[in-house]
Amino acid sequence: MSEITNITNNGVNVEALLGAREALTETPAAAQFNFRANCTWVSGTHSSTSIEKFFGLGEEQSHRQVYTHDADHPQIFASEDNGISPPEYILVGLAGCLTAGIASVAQHRGIQLNSVTASVEANMDLQGILGIDSDVRNGFSNINVHFKIDADASEEDIAAIVAQSQKRSAVFDNVTNPTNVTVKVN
Amino acid sequence: MSVAFSEIYDHSVDTLVIGAGHAGLAASYCLTQRSIDHVVLERGEVANSWRHERWDSLKLFTPNWQAQLPGYGYSGNDPDGFMAVKDVIDFIDEYAVRNNAPIQTSTTVMAVSLTKTGYRVETNRGTWHCRSIVIASGACNSAVIPKFAESLPADIRQLSARDYRNPGQLKEGAVIVVGASATGLQLAEEIFRAGHAVTLATGEHVRLPRLYRGRDIQWWMHATGLLDEGLADIDDINRVRRLPSPQLVGSHRHDILDLNALTGLGIRLVGRWMAVNNDVAQFSGSLPNVCALADLKMNRLLNAIDQWVEETGRSDEFEPSHRFESTRIDELPCLGLNFEKENIQNVIWATGYRPDYSWLNVPVLDKKGWIKHQGGVADTPGMYVLGMPFLRCRKSSFIHGIEDDARFVTDHLDNYLKKEN
Repeated sequence: MSEITNITNNGVNVEALLGAREALTETPAAAQFNFRANCTWVSGTHSSTSIEKFFGLGEEQSHRQVYTHDADHPQIFASEDNGISPPEYILVGLAGCLTAGIASVAQHRGIQLNSVTASVEANMDLQGILGIDSDVRNGFSNINVHFKIDADASEEDIAAIVAQSQKRSAVFDNVTNPTNVTVKVN
Repeated sequence: MSVAFSEIYDHSVDTLVIGAGHAGLAASYCLTQRSIDHVVLERGEVANSWRHERWDSLKLFTPNWQAQLPGYGYSGNDPDGFMAVKDVIDFIDEYAVRNNAPIQTSTTVMAVSLTKTGYRVETNRGTWHCRSIVIASGACNSAVIPKFAESLPADIRQLSARDYRNPGQLKEGAVIVVGASATGLQLAEEIFRAGHAVTLATGEHVRLPRLYRGRDIQWWMHATGLLDEGLADIDDINRVRRLPSPQLVGSHRHDILDLNALTGLGIRLVGRWMAVNNDVAQFSGSLPNVCALADLKMNRLLNAIDQWVEETGRSDEFEPSHRFESTRIDELPCLGLNFEKENIQNVIWATGYRPDYSWLNVPVLDKKGWIKHQGGVADTPGMYVLGMPFLRCRKSSFIHGIEDDARFVTDHLDNYLKKEN
C-alpha cells in the first residue's frame, strides 16, 4: 500500500472488478463459476473439509494453497470441539462476505475506511435438530449482524454502503433465500 | 382518421409508426411538422392499452400539469389533480383527432423484417414497405410472472396487474399481492379495503413521498432538474430502466401511499416471494435491507431537494425540511405462508412488464428481449423506439417526457431519410 494517500485506498482493486464486470457482461459464459469443497469424516462429529480448486472464467482455477477447515461440535454435546460447529461456518461466511462487500463498495464510492468490525449473533432453538418439536426449524431462526465502521463519510453514506453490500452479497442471498440442495450417495 | 388502402397490394410509405398511444401520436405530430410521409398502425383503437389493460380505479400518478404532448397539453381547471383512465383515453383521443393523425386502426403487426431499402411490415390487413420505422408499441405488453407461479395450487386465482380490474374478480379469502411498485401498493390497498386479508410481498422498491415541504414530489423533481437527468448522469442505465415504478398514487387528497401506510391499515408485509415449497410460499429474509435501501435512497433525494432550496435561497417559500418515518417492519417478518392454513385464495402479480417483440424479425434485441438503442435510435439503421422507461432522460418514463424524445428521434429520422435519398 502506498504511504501517500490522499486518494481512497481500502486495498480493493476496483478497476479490476469493474473490468471483470464489463468483460463478463460481454461473455456471460465466463461468468459461470463452480465452487467445490471436499469433506472427510475424521471421527465422532469431527470432520475436515478442504478447498482448493474451483472453475471460472472458462477454466480450472486454484486458490493459492489448500485451505482446510475442521468442524466439530462443542464439548457440552460430548464432542471434542476440534473446530467450530458447521452452522457457525455460516456466520464466518456471512460476516466475511458482507465485510468484503463493504470494502469494495466503499472503494468504488471513494470512501476511506479506517476500521470495520462486525459482531454476528444467531439464535437457534435446539428443540429443532433434536427432534423435540417438529414446529421448530433446525437452523438459525434469525441472524443479527452489527457493524461498527469508522470511515471518512456521513452516517447515511456508511449505511448506504452496508445496504449495498447486502444487496450484492452471495452469502446473504444464500442465507435469506431458498436454494435447491441435492444430496446423493455413492 | 383512417387511411385509404387496399388489402390486395403492398403499400409504401416513408415512415411507419407502430402504436397509437401517446408516444406514437407524438411521433406522428413531429413527423407531420417535418412533412414526412407516414402512417400509424394500431392493433386496436387509439390509446388501446389504456382502454383494455388497466384496472378500473387507476389514476395517473403524475399531476395534470404534467400532461403535455408536443403541440398539446392539459387545459382543464385542475392542474394539480390526477387523470383517471377515462380522462387519459379522452386526452389521447382528442390529440389524435386534433392532429388529424394518419392512423390505421384494427391493424395488428404480425412481422417486421429487414429489406434492402428499409423494412417490410406484415399486418393482418396487408403488407407495408417503409424506409424507416418508429416502434411505439409500449413497454408494458406482457406481465412478467415468476416461473414458480405454475406450481401454485390450482384452485388459487392468479391475476396479473394487466388483467386485474377490480376486487370483484377475486375469490373470497386472503390475497397475496406480489410487488411493491405503485401498482402493487395501490392494488394491495384497494383489495384490503374490499375486505380481504392482504399480504404484500416486497422486493426492491422505490419509495417517494407524494408531498414534501408542501409541494408535490413531481413539482420538486421538475424544479430541481432531476426529471431532466440524462443518460450521461446515470451509472448503470439498465438497472435504472428496470426499476419498479415509484410508490405514488394520484389522489385529490395527495395521500402518501407507502409501506407504512399499508401496514398501518393492517396489511402484512413480507419479503420478496422467492419460491413455492410443499404448498408454502417462501419469502426472502432480505426485507429489512430492501426497506433500508429504499429509505436511504428517498432520503438522498430529499437531501438533494433541501440542498437545491438552500442554494436557490428560496427556503421561505416552502415548509421546513423534515424526514419521514423509516419503513416499519416486524422484528421477525414472516418467511413462509401455508396456502391452506392462511386461506390464500388469490394471488395478484404486480411483478412488472416487458415489451412483446415476438413480431420483430430484426436482430436488434438484447439478451433480455429489449430493443438495443441509444436514446431512441435503435442499433439498426432507420429504426427508432419511443415511449420506453428512461429512453433519453428520467422524464422519458412519463407522458410529458415524450415531447423532447419525439423531437430528438424524428430529427434523427429526418436526417437519416435525407441522407439515404
